[in-house]
Amino acid sequence: MFIVDYIKEVFGAIKSLGTGMRRTFWYFVHPKEIITEQYPENKENGQLILAERFRGEVVMPHDENNEHACTGCTACELACPNGTIKIVTKFDITPEGKKKKAIDQFVYRLEMCTMCNLCVEACPSDAIIMTNDFEHSVYDRNELTKILNKPGSKIRDGIE
Amino acid sequence: MYRESQIIRNNTPDNYMVINVGPQHPSTHGVLHFVITLNGETVVKLEPHLGYIHRSIEKMCESLNYRQFVYVTSRMDYLSSHINNHACALCVEQGLQVEIPERAQVIRVLMDELTRLASHLLWWGSMAMDIGALTPFFHAFREREMITEIFEETCGARLTMNYICPGGVMADLHPDFQAKVKAFLKQLKEKLPEYHELVTGNIIFQNRTKGIGILSKKDAISFGVSGPTARASGVSCDVRKRYPYELYDKLEFKEVLEDGGDCWARYLVRMEEINQSVAIVEQLIDHIPEGDIQAKTKAVLKLPKGEFYSRVETARGDLGVYIVSEGGTTPYRIKFRSPGFSNLSAMETMCKGGKIGDFVAVMGSVDLVIPDIDR
Ligand code: SF4
Ligand code: SF4
Repeated sequence: MFIVDYIKEVFGAIKSLGTGMRRTFWYFVHPKEIITEQYPENKENGQLILAERFRGEVVMPHDENNEHACTGCTACELACPNGTIKIVTKFDITPEGKKKKAIDQFVYRLEMCTMCNLCVEACPSDAIIMTNDFEHSVYDRNELTKILNKPGSKIRDGIE
Repeated sequence: MYRESQIIRNNTPDNYMVINVGPQHPSTHGVLHFVITLNGETVVKLEPHLGYIHRSIEKMCESLNYRQFVYVTSRMDYLSSHINNHACALCVEQGLQVEIPERAQVIRVLMDELTRLASHLLWWGSMAMDIGALTPFFHAFREREMITEIFEETCGARLTMNYICPGGVMADLHPDFQAKVKAFLKQLKEKLPEYHELVTGNIIFQNRTKGIGILSKKDAISFGVSGPTARASGVSCDVRKRYPYELYDKLEFKEVLEDGGDCWARYLVRMEEINQSVAIVEQLIDHIPEGDIQAKTKAVLKLPKGEFYSRVETARGDLGVYIVSEGGTTPYRIKFRSPGFSNLSAMETMCKGGKIGDFVAVMGSVDLVIPDIDR
């Protein structure tokens, strides 16, 4: 009886191999079902579509007058769990002759960022956003430390 | 670690052999190290060695405030990061005594179940791959990719989401969410018979899993095994049923139980759980209420003095989060009860007396995620 069971099993195994092969063959003759994309070629032929909310990097948008919305309140620095952001502030003199706190440098260390979105959530004036640029490789890690506010930029009027 | 292996070597008879599986081994799915003592091909002793991916997450959380610590937990069981975040959020909310808007609750449950689906799909592929079938992995990834795309659109990340936060969820659903989820469900239902045809019906797969790695009900309870691994041994332990959180008491789904306790039973439990998760998603997807996605909370959260515990069902079992608060903005102590750790402890019982080749099948069926075991 053992022999009969054994032979049955062998044929069963061959049959299930055949079932699997039939699937494989079906995909072989249906190339449309294959969804593999080639990177980086898919950047050129437009297959690479990133979701707009994809968190790739923190940036500070500037408008055409080179103005941003950051007040230097350091809420993002406090919200960041791993010390990625460092805000360096300075004092501007307003036309009325008063001193006003403003941002000097927004230091962002990309290599420490975990893309958790907490800083963007914390910012009261929506001065920073996440972009979906994900190609961050550079030759020197110093290049990963970025100053997000552009040189000569200043705060937009009307934002406190 | 070196010393322990030394002890085994000194205590074993001459015909025993000690081999190391891992820490870098294709079938350990990460940096897990087993020291296996063999008598011929039979496993005599099996010892897991941990510590290769220890990041001291619990200690790290003590210096992060209650909004920040959630993001670290995505990196524990990275295949159920939504559910980990959910457990932390529940624990903090328990301390804050806030009521979560209904929309946020529905979104959370939907995300949890989609995560479970993604995790079980990945497990299906990797289990088949452990046993020697390579193709199913690509089939599973095709469907899983649709879920990660849904997550990417709504949460902005594919694996470490940090989307569920204390008070609700971080962002509203993407406008395409419902349509995409429905498309995914349709495709998954179309392809599931193919999964069963390829793997479940395969005689070789059945022979390699039936009667292998048996874990009795008694052992499952005494090792504290949870999740599908325990349910395959007949232990009813689904946190969603027994200690319902969020909406789970209002939803209709079955707790899947098998009583074989072997790899085959564990396989069947997970495959049926895919259907149950699909049923839950279907119940909710057309009934997402309008409203807020976050409860009103302060910018800096402070928990009252005391101890808080919450538990959820991840794709691998019962995850517990225990917070001791001294009344400040950071926890005094955090402890995670991770399902993988207890499940791993039962591995020796399952593998002892079996063949070394079956060890890989057992490991696949237990669905170990190493960063969850070794936090
Ligand atoms: S995304 Fe997270 S880690 Fe990165 S800068 Fe913002 S808060 Fe810090
Ligand atoms: S980016 Fe926003 S949160 Fe950070 S300092 Fe500027 S205004 Fe404050």
